Amino acid sequence: MKSIKELEAIRERALKEMSIRNNENKTRIVVGMATCGIAAGARQVMNAFVEELNKRNIHTVNVAMTGCIGVCRYEPIAEVIEPNGEKTTYVKLDAEKARRIVAEHIVNGKPVMEFTIGAAEK
Amino acid sequence: MIYRSHVLICAGTGCTASKSIEIAESLQKLLVEHGLDKEVKIVKTGCFGLCEKGPIMVIYPEGATYCKVSVEDVPEIVEEHLVKGRIVKRLLLGDKEAEDVAKSLENVGFFNRQMRVALRNCGVINPENIEEYIARDGYKALAKVLTEMTPQEVIETIKKSGLRGRGGAGFPTGLKWQFAAQSQADQKYVCCNADEGDPGAFMDRSVLEGDPHSVLEAMTIAGYAIGANQGYIYVRAEYPIAVQRLRIAIDQAREYGLLGKNIFGTDFSFDIDLRLGAGAFVCGEETALMTSIEGKRGEPRTRPPFPAVKGLFEKPTLLNNVETYANIPVIINNGPEWFASIGTEKSKGTKVFAVGGKINNTGLVEIPMGTTLREVIYDIGGGIPNGKKFKAAQTGGPSGGCIPASHIDAPIDYDSLTELGSMMGSGGLIIMDEDNCMVDIAKFFLEFTVDESCGKCPPCRIGTKRMLEILEKITQGKGEESDIEKLETLANSIKKSALCGLGQTAPNPILSTLRYFRDEYIAHVKDKKCPAGVCKALVQYVILADKCRGCTLCAKKCPVGAIGGEVKKPHTIDASKCIKCGVCMESCKFAAIVTQ
Repeated sequence: MKSIKELEAIRERALKEMSIRNNENKTRIVVGMATCGIAAGARQVMNAFVEELNKRNIHTVNVAMTGCIGVCRYEPIAEVIEPNGEKTTYVKLDAEKARRIVAEHIVNGKPVMEFTIGAAEK
Repeated sequence: MIYRSHVLICAGTGCTASKSIEIAESLQKLLVEHGLDKEVKIVKTGCFGLCEKGPIMVIYPEGATYCKVSVEDVPEIVEEHLVKGRIVKRLLLGDKEAEDVAKSLENVGFFNRQMRVALRNCGVINPENIEEYIARDGYKALAKVLTEMTPQEVIETIKKSGLRGRGGAGFPTGLKWQFAAQSQADQKYVCCNADEGDPGAFMDRSVLEGDPHSVLEAMTIAGYAIGANQGYIYVRAEYPIAVQRLRIAIDQAREYGLLGKNIFGTDFSFDIDLRLGAGAFVCGEETALMTSIEGKRGEPRTRPPFPAVKGLFEKPTLLNNVETYANIPVIINNGPEWFASIGTEKSKGTKVFAVGGKINNTGLVEIPMGTTLREVIYDIGGGIPNGKKFKAAQTGGPSGGCIPASHIDAPIDYDSLTELGSMMGSGGLIIMDEDNCMVDIAKFFLEFTVDESCGKCPPCRIGTKRMLEILEKITQGKGEESDIEKLETLANSIKKSALCGLGQTAPNPILSTLRYFRDEYIAHVKDKKCPAGVCKALVQYVILADKCRGCTLCAKKCPVGAIGGEVKKPHTIDASKCIKCGVCMESCKFAAIVTQ
């Protein structure tokens, strides 16, 4: 170790990797991973979320799983839950849609209305 | 590699003993089978502290804390939680119906009353990965010290924090550093006392196992402050996990240039080596410890000269305990004022205790100084099992004494404990209930010191043996009233004349039980009775005729056939045959058998 800068770089890198162990004030993306979700391709959706967040160096968002929420016909389903509790429910997702949600909702703060459950119900 | 989930598994000694390593292996195998090994990361951590509920597993991002996990539970955890995201509620710690499992760890009474400073990383990071330590501000204090502070500024900071030695005696740490810094010599040493030997104590063990780098960082800071370039950690060989993790930590620190030459590009160089102790209790005494590091028989020497003047290899040496060191980086990072704001007027900061004995939550707790014994026992420890009454708490192990129930609201700090005739000690806290005989407890600790006395000085070698003989006489019902007086005289003269701390404190368990439980000693010698029913020679098992239903169960269980009587009629015990094993009392469903 030759400089404080070097130490700081290691700290930043390791902190990102460990950020998953901190739940406070973080946005959560919760993916439905019950049998219905898995059958509809939820695993690919979840992995797309994880990869896209990582690619964009976003470590303030945790990707979590949950069970069946009862509208199996809309699977794969994911909910984006802001730290203030505000919730957006996305339905019939795939990997491509997941990446768009990260780009538009997480990065730019604009929910992708066309993928929401509200749009699907119309 | 980015993982979507981290599974933290406790790999401290307690959970390892209940198969946490097998759990981790089986989990790894199942992750591969389910194709999840690229998504889920297993992190083996140090002790979470709640050893009673171990093995402990925490799964992130949900933060679900599972307790008493067995190898058989692993498939369910993988299939339910890791594949489908369904929390396995039956394994959750605390309120199983709690909806907000994300914070379950912090919400349990055991944790929310604690304040983790020395244990800040235990159960949080992987102790075998230096980068996880760095992520939690590790080695930041060292960087600050080496690049921004003079050695004297470091010493002033430690002095200002009010930190006192956590090994038991409570000597001001800053002052100790000052003395070592003032000594002029061509070579100085920094040593770490990791020869934790009190029965039931595992605080230092847990810090070494869960956060070894905090000790390495602090020793390096100490080396800079006093002008030493070499450190030694004296750790007992009976702590294999601690030794292994220290070795890994030292290797990694060298690899990252945090130990070795020109640390952070400065002209300061420092290295650390391990020395393994063979488990002699006396080697926890500072002069004996250094003699042992020198490769000689571990026997104490006379002081003065103190180690700060003439220590290891006759050179000025700074010796601190593991927990003391674990506090140093936080003091540098957060400032001495922050540290001094925790605790009481004369005892600053926190103290780690290994709580054991008659308590529900056996484990490791860290509390601000000044917390009362009542809070530790009832709020954090979950109270006494089976609704029994609290009788006394033993602190300081074989060198300490006991605090009776009448002082349960006493604040835990150095001075209050000394005033009560006990001592802070290194942090063993043994809880006793009404079923514990205080004479027997004193005898237990004395047996330990008699075994561990190195034999160099007569007061300890001969004196403690004589005291033990008197105690044995008393517990066998052969005691005389003059024995109590003899014990007191002996105890006081050993205290004054023994060479080292081991002998000087060996009489403490007797003196403090005599102070608070003299009536129990008198009952033993005068009435030939053991009030708690522990001392076998003084106990008689009797069947109460009015309660006995004549079910014959006790007669069947008695291993020596001492119980007789007709079916459905009260039974009796033949005292001449009875070996006082207590099996009859345990098996009786009508509470008809009592001790007298």
